[in-house]
Amino acid sequence: MPGFEQQVAELRSYLLKFARLQLRNETWAEDTVSEVMVAALSKPQGFESRSQLKTWLVGILKHKIIDALRLHARDFHPAQESADSQEDPMDYLGFKPDGHYVEPPAEWGNPEQSANSRQFFEVLEACANQLPAVQGRLFLMREWLELSSEEICKELGLTPTNLYVQLHRARLRLRECLELNWFGNGVKP
Amino acid sequence: MMRLKRTCKEATALLIAREDRALSRGDQLALRLHLLICKACPRFARQMLTLRNSMKEWRNYTTSDEV
Repeated sequence: MPGFEQQVAELRSYLLKFARLQLRNETWAEDTVSEVMVAALSKPQGFESRSQLKTWLVGILKHKIIDALRLHARDFHPAQESADSQEDPMDYLGFKPDGHYVEPPAEWGNPEQSANSRQFFEVLEACANQLPAVQGRLFLMREWLELSSEEICKELGLTPTNLYVQLHRARLRLRECLELNWFGNGVKP
Repeated sequence: MMRLKRTCKEATALLIAREDRALSRGDQLALRLHLLICKACPRFARQMLTLRNSMKEWRNYTTSDEV
């Protein structure tokens, strides 16, 4: 069994993957993971399994990421992505002028019944990473950091309306991406 | 006066919005009524449920599962 330091060091790239996904900025991600490493190594302790160590490290990572997001909040104000606002992502779904669906949404089935859940998660991560950076950050603050909308507004100094517009777009894009790359007709591996 | 009849597009927007915020009483009621009479929107509602479950599974996978 490798020593504590070695075990922590081995998980660096794992942590970096999630830091990148959530922060969408290489420097912030590297800095944040370095802070996690320093914090972890200053409190060496024994874990019964690698999985427990991982859970502990991810917990530290999430706290450090919230600090980083707070610190850089002004750098990713949603107004910066105004170019995106020209497009209405509701159009992906296809509505007639009277507000009816052109074609009803597909039946997706259940992903957890699929044996390839790891593959599914890879697609999910790729889709999250394809969101515009601001939307990706806000979406993962909800879904990975599990912050409430109120908490996100408070941490980042956003208005609720602003946040809801971004999350609405993010959810529609993610849905579209997953339909195209996973749930869509017969492409399921 | 409260408008209870909603189009599919409006109902779909509410199904997305409720992932992140509490709907007003009026919106909740209008959405429920729409889902009762509509064939397409319940499918979208199931997609959103699948997404919600998927995100939850992914969250668990990111913290504790062996990779």
